[in-house]
Order: sequence, then C-alpha cells, then structure tokens
Amino acid sequence: MKVTLHIWRQKNAKAKGRFETYHLDDVIEDMSFLEMLDVLNERLILEGKEPVAFEHDCREGICGACSLTINGIPHGHEPATTTCQLHMRKFKDGDEIWIEPFRARAFPIIKDLVVDRSAFDRIIQAGGFISVNAGQAPEANSIIVPKDDAETAMDAAQCIGCGACVAACPNASAMLFVAAKVAHFAYLPQGQPERKRRVLAMVEQMQKEGFGNCTNFYECEAACPKQISVSFIALMNRDYLKATCSGEKHLLQTQQV
Amino acid sequence: MILDGKVPSGRIEEKWDRHRFEMKLVSPANKLKYKIIVVGTGLAGASASASLAELGYNVEVFTFHDSPRRAHSIAAQGGINAAKNYPNDGDSIWRLFYDTVKGGDFRAREANVYRLAQVSNSIIDQCVAQGVPFAREYSGYLSNRSFGGAQLSRTFYARSQTGQQLLLGAYSSMMRQVGLKKIKLHTRKEMLDLVVIDGIARGIVTRDLLSGKIESHWGDAVVLATGGYSNVFFLSTNAQVCNVTATYRAYKRGAFFANPCFTQIHPTCIPQSGEHQSKLTLMSESLRNDGRVWVPINPGDKRRPNDIPENERDYFLERMYPGYGNLAPRDIASRAAKRVCDEGRGVGLTGNAVYLDFADAIKRLGREVIEERYGNLFEMYERITGENPYETPMMIYPAPHYTMGGLWVDYNLMSNLPGLFVIGEANFSDHGANRLGASALMQGLADGYFILPYTIGHFFATTKLDKVNTDKVEFKKAEEEVTSRIKKLMSINGKKTPTQFHRELGKVMWDYCGMSRNEQGLKKALEIVPQIREEFWSNLTIVGEEGDLNIVLEKALRVADFLEFAELILWDALERDESCGGHFREEHQYPDGEAKRNDEKFAHVAAWEFTGDGNKPIRHIEPLVFEYVPLTVRSYK
Ligand SMILES: Cc1cc2nc3c(=O)[nH]c(=O)nc-3n(C[C@H](O)[C@H](O)[C@H](O)COP(=O)(O)OP(=O)(O)OC[C@H]3O[C@@H](n4cnc5c(N)ncnc54)[C@H](O)[C@@H]3O)c2cc1C
Ligand code: FES
Repeated sequence: MKVTLHIWRQKNAKAKGRFETYHLDDVIEDMSFLEMLDVLNERLILEGKEPVAFEHDCREGICGACSLTINGIPHGHEPATTTCQLHMRKFKDGDEIWIEPFRARAFPIIKDLVVDRSAFDRIIQAGGFISVNAGQAPEANSIIVPKDDAETAMDAAQCIGCGACVAACPNASAMLFVAAKVAHFAYLPQGQPERKRRVLAMVEQMQKEGFGNCTNFYECEAACPKQISVSFIALMNRDYLKATCSGEKHLLQTQQV
Repeated sequence: MILDGKVPSGRIEEKWDRHRFEMKLVSPANKLKYKIIVVGTGLAGASASASLAELGYNVEVFTFHDSPRRAHSIAAQGGINAAKNYPNDGDSIWRLFYDTVKGGDFRAREANVYRLAQVSNSIIDQCVAQGVPFAREYSGYLSNRSFGGAQLSRTFYARSQTGQQLLLGAYSSMMRQVGLKKIKLHTRKEMLDLVVIDGIARGIVTRDLLSGKIESHWGDAVVLATGGYSNVFFLSTNAQVCNVTATYRAYKRGAFFANPCFTQIHPTCIPQSGEHQSKLTLMSESLRNDGRVWVPINPGDKRRPNDIPENERDYFLERMYPGYGNLAPRDIASRAAKRVCDEGRGVGLTGNAVYLDFADAIKRLGREVIEERYGNLFEMYERITGENPYETPMMIYPAPHYTMGGLWVDYNLMSNLPGLFVIGEANFSDHGANRLGASALMQGLADGYFILPYTIGHFFATTKLDKVNTDKVEFKKAEEEVTSRIKKLMSINGKKTPTQFHRELGKVMWDYCGMSRNEQGLKKALEIVPQIREEFWSNLTIVGEEGDLNIVLEKALRVADFLEFAELILWDALERDESCGGHFREEHQYPDGEAKRNDEKFAHVAAWEFTGDGNKPIRHIEPLVFEYVPLTVRSYK
C-alpha cells in the first residue's frame, strides 16, 4: 500500500520545527508502524539525508519508550495500543498520516520526535516507592493481600510511563501517571505506612515539573495504551486532601547509613 | 590456563554461609569512601545499585536509555522462580538446584547454582515488601504456576508482566537512593570502553547520546549489568537496542568471555512475516501450560487448522516426551519444532511455524479462565498477526532469546580482571548450556540484591586501591581510542547502512550457528563473517553529525562490535565438539535426535582471552566438577 507521511522535523530543542512530507509506496500490511518508519529511515540514509529520530526499544508495548502523536492522537487511533504495536493493516491505501512528538511543556523536544520525559523519573524519585532496604523484608506470605486489591493494584501498576496521558491532556497534566503509582501502593498493605507522605511528595514534584492541572477532560484515559482508569485520579485527590488536612510532612528522604 | 572459580570449601549447603562469614567486611564509615560504577539498570543493575547505596556506598549508574525503567528486563513476561514450596508439591532448595543444573545440561558451576536456589526465597520476600503486585489466590496468599522444564509449580508472576513489575520494584528502590543522593544517575550515556589501571578495572568511557560528548568516569570498582547479546542474530526477542558492546569492550581489555556459543532459542515466538521484520515477539512460555503444540501428520497439508481432524494431527511434543509433553525444556521443544518443519510439516506462509492450540483448554476450563490467564498475550498476538487465537490456533516458531554465555566470573561474581564485577545476563554463571524458564529474573535479582553487595565488600577489604581520577593517562588513551573509532566510522562514506550489515550478519549466524550447528557450517561462517566486517569498514554510510543525537552512528558502533564478537561465538561453537543444551552440534546426537554430551572432554567452561585484533583468541578452561548432581543423560522422555 501507499501512504503519505507528514513528519515533524526539528534539529534540536532551540531550532524551529516543521512538517516534512514523505511518500512511501511499498508499505506492507503486516508491518508495524515503527517498521514502516524503519523503511523510511533506511531510504533517507541511503539518500544521504538524516533519518527521523524517534524513540523505541522493546517493540512489545511494555517499555514505554515509543511515543508519537499520530493524526492528533498519542499512539494513534487504535485503542489500548502503543505505537510500536500499531500495525499498518489499520491504515488504508492512500492514507495521509501526520506524525508529531508528544507535546507538553514538561516534555521538551530534543530532536524530531524525541522528547525529554525525565520529569517522570523525578516524580518517582520524590516518592514513588516503599522504603524497604534489601534484607528487611518479612516472609512473603506473612503479608496477605485480598485478591481483588492485588488485581486493582496491578491495574494501576501496569503503567508503562510513556507519557501519552500528558500528551493527550489539553492541560498537559500528569495526574494519571502520578495517580497510577499512588493507587498501586494505596491498594496494598505494604504501601500504607508511607501513604500520606508519598502522595504529598509526588504531587509537589509533579507541580514543580510544570505539568498542568486536571480539569476532568479524561483524554488521558482514552489515550492510555494500558487503559488505566481515571478513577485512580479521584483516589489520589482524596488521599492528597486527607494528607494535607492531617498536616502530614513528607520527610520521605531520610535514611540512616 | 586453568581458571579457578574460587568455590569455597565444605558441603554445598554450607558454602555460601561459610563464605559470608569468612569474607572480610568494610565498616559502615569506610563504605562511604568507596565509589562504585554500575552500568545497566535492568533487574541486575537496578537491584545492585539500590542495595549498594543502601549499604552506604556511593554509586554512579549508567544507562543508554532515557530512563532506567526502559531496560530490557521490563519485557519479561512469564515469571520468576523460587523454592518456596507454597503449593506443597515437593519443592525445595535442593530440587531447584538439581533442576537448574540438569536443565543447564551439566555445564554450570554447582556451587553457584546452589546459592542461587538458596537466595531465591529472599527475592520473593523483598519484591513483595516493595509492593510488587504478584498474582494471588482468593485467600490472599501468593499464587504459583508451573513453567517450562519444571514438573512443579514454583513460578511467581504478575499477569504476563512479571519483568515489568519486578523492574519497577527495583527501579523504585533505586530512584529512592537517587533522591537520597547516594546514587548519581546518568541516562542516555553509552559505555564504549572499560579503563584498566595497573591490572584493576577503574572506570569507563561513555558517549553522551544527545551531545556526542566522550567522557571518562572513575570508580573503585566497575559492575557490568548490561544484559545479553541475542541481537547478534539480528532478529531476536530482545529489545532493539540490546547489544554486546559493554561486555565485548571489557573482553578486549582483558576480561575473559565464557561460553559465548551458549545461546538459547525460545520455542514460542510469533513467526517472521517478511523482510521488513525488525524483531520477533515472544509469546510467553506459560502458554505451553494450556496450549497444545501440533502440526499436520502429512507433509504439505494446506488445510486450515480447524479443518484438520484430530487423527491427522501430530501433537509431537506429547508424542516424543510423554513425561513433560508440551512443557519440555526450551532447547528440546525448539529443536523438535525445527525437525517437524524440516520434514515439510510446518504450517503458515513460510512453512516455518507450528500450531499452539487452546481449543482443548477452552473446552476444559472455559474461555473466561483462559482469558484471565493469557488475555493480554492473546490480545498482543491478535494485534501483531490480525488473527484471533480464541478461534484459530496460534502459530509459533523458535527465535533467539537469551544468552547463557557472558563474561567469566568467579564465585564472587568478579571477572578475571580484579575490580570488574559482572551480574545478570551479562555474566555466564548459573545457567550452563540452557536456561530454564523464569530463572533469569531470579538470577539477576539474586546477583543484585543478595550476592554482589557482600562480595564487593570483600574485594574492597582485601585490595589496596590507589587513588585515581580521570586525568590518568589510561583514561585519556581510552578516550582517544573511542574518538578515533568514531571518526573512522564517520569517514567511510560508503553505500550501505548499519542495519543492512546487521541483517546480513544475523542471517549468517542464524543459518550456521543457530538452532543447530556443524563443523562445515561453522567453518564457512568463519569465512563469511570477516568478509562482512571488511565490507562494513569500507562501505558503511553514516549521515548526521558526531556531536549530536545520531541514531545511525549509535547503531554503527554496536554493529561494529557484533561483527567482531560473532567470530568469537563461532570459534567457541566450533571447538566445543559436543552437543549440550542450546549448543546442538549435528555430529553429536543420539539416534532419536537428542543432544549427546561429551563429559570426558567438555565438562568445563571455555573462557576466551583476547590476544589482539586479527589473532585467534586463546581458549582457557575452568573444569566443572559434579559432586551433588550426578552426570546423567538429560532425558525428558
Ligand atoms: C521477551 C522476553 C521475555 C522474557 N521473559 C522472562 C521470564 O518470564 N522469566 C525470566 O526469568 N526471564 C525472562 N527473560 C529473560 C530476562 O528478561 C533477562 O535475561 C533479564 O531481564 C536480563 O536482565 P539484566 O538486568 O541482566 O539486563 P537488561 O535488563 O537487559 O538490562 C541491561 C541494561 O544495561 C544497559 N546497557 C547495556 N549496554 C550498555 C552500555 N554499553 N552502556 C550503558 N548502558 C548499557 C541498558 O540500558 C539496560 O539498562 C525474558 C527475556 C525476553 C527477551
Ligand atoms: S517500544 Fe516499548 S512500548 Fe513501544
């Protein structure tokens, strides 16, 4: 099949970007979207032109490296599918496809379709953990977790940290990402001791990173390749409110060595 | 040279305890004075970094990913083993040890494997405490399932995303230490060389993938946790950027590379669909718990699978290995699939596929149970192939998946180069010639959480380390070598892309050194690979600039190392004139096609020493002694 690609090209963070158009005549239905871009890149290299920089790694929908806003939708129009798992059989012969980076103030563009998502790591660093050192753990089955809670925790923990939620949100809010981590621990007994401090620390970091607020558009849930539910945002808001009211201080970052 | 694995004396059950007692300690105050470099943030690297920092060491950790959470470990699906014996089905440390030695076809070091089984239970404890949401029963207790090569249920899992959840656990512990300033995190930095000073590993040289800047970093020890090299085959189940550069460069600096020819082919992957293919997707082995593997009895049967009646199907694994059936170990299941395809009974467009059928399981357990167990795998399959496995059997074919070979390490996980520690898939240690399912995650975390943190202390306590910094001439020299390698690559101005060379190399390796190997083929490959390499260095094209994010240059550097390293695999495969585990030499098989070991000549580890470009490396050996698991023919009949 034939497709026409309009791809965002930007030399670096400071340069001005623009769309460039490419025609591909030899696209096979069984190709993944990224394999289609591989074909384009191989062609560009052989023509002596710089290939399109984009991020990817596992190509199995789990590492969260791939991104791309395709025809205006992060990860494209297929629900519950990352860009790397999107296949060309979902497009039609003659389609025009617009490909842009994930756009958000907190995700500055590095080059072409590559953006800097390290803000997510700093949010986890601020509080997305249980403070247990290697060696401290009790026997595993001494911690009992009701199956439903474990399942809900897993629903939240599935987040791949791709940032589609941020790219989809009109406010570029990271609430779904943060809420997923908060909820993952909130549903588990292991997560209780630090529950309040965790939510305070993570929300504060989120704000520092320049992510916007949630005004209930729910675009995040629609774009999430793992279908993480916005109901976790409500849980996080409740936890946050409770924690602020209780005057909790988030002194997570202390350790005796 | 005969290598000494430094296995402690005493009965196998006591070795690790005794060793922990005999190792010298570093006091808490002194730990603060050491700086450790860790390369890699997969399960091994992340768990090691976190644990070392918790102990008080200063850690600098490097990854070429944009975030530590992207490491290839994230993709592991099926699960992680431990000897908890929760199902009360007769498991024990001893049995896990026994299964792993036997599964590895008697080419692993007994003492290491025993220790691995010993610490396996602590790993599960640690992960649960970190909040890893493992699958549970309605009672709230942890759930187990059985996995390839085990007749009991010892595998813990989190849906089909076990690797993801374990990595996020280790990553979160690591990020906590980043926040505490005990770990300095370097992302998007690729290690391109190891720096050795006075015979001791003292640092690395990296390239910043955004600015192209070449930088040196010193440490009191260097830990490599850089994963495996399956991508030497071009198509594999590994993530796209996995490569051999870190370990291969350490090899060129004097570290021995052990058993490079021990590569694992995984039986359940989605078959290749065309030339454009960039990777092969693994379908978790857990599917073999409920799926039945078959091909038509008659060669060339082109009917749709559902139109082939029961009595014209050959459930070949159940037929050949009644004791294990569809759960036969990976190497055995893979070769059986190849055999039936070679007989012309393969299915699908290319004839290189077999069916994995869930019809019986759905009938027996109901669709809901199957959906609960494998729902997301089925979805993934449908997304990639466009077919619905609830209705038509899946098609699968073996693909390169894991590499048992790696840098040689002693019992302390230290290579022959003092100060260089190697953990996770990057070392050779515990899996012999074949790794059992759900044991790589176990090993990576065992190394990182519970072994390296002790043994590295012993190294510090018993070694006098001079102060170094990156102004030392050894650093400057290594930087210069990296820079000139890059300059050379940039100036070839040829006509082929790095990917084209990689694909060519992969095909040669798969054809002559893949699922089965023979002398003639290996010798042929040893002629072809240098030719590809020569062409690479005279006909490669790279566009873009050195001092910029340059995906072509990144790839070229990795392919350049694969092109050298491939030869080492071939030498190893040629000189190991026996079949064992994943290394199947056609000359050595029983009449029924099973692998035939030669224990008299090859019950050893082969560890290769670099002797200069263009020279044949030297093969050293570490003899393997089997005191506790008697050498037997590995039979799964
Ligand atoms: C699809 C798939 C499914 C699997 N499923 C299972 C399973 O169910 N159970 C099981 O036990 N095992 C499984 N395995 C195997 C297992 O996942 C791996 O063996 C294991 O995760 C390897 O972990 P690691 O920490 O050693 O390396 P990796 O996770 O590969 O991490 C390597 C790290 O090193 C970094 N790195 C590498 N080179 C450099 C360099 N030069 N400079 C800087 N950084 C570098 C990378 O950025 C990365 O952070 C599976 C493997 C695959 C491919
Ligand atoms: S490449 Fe890993 S999720 Fe897409």
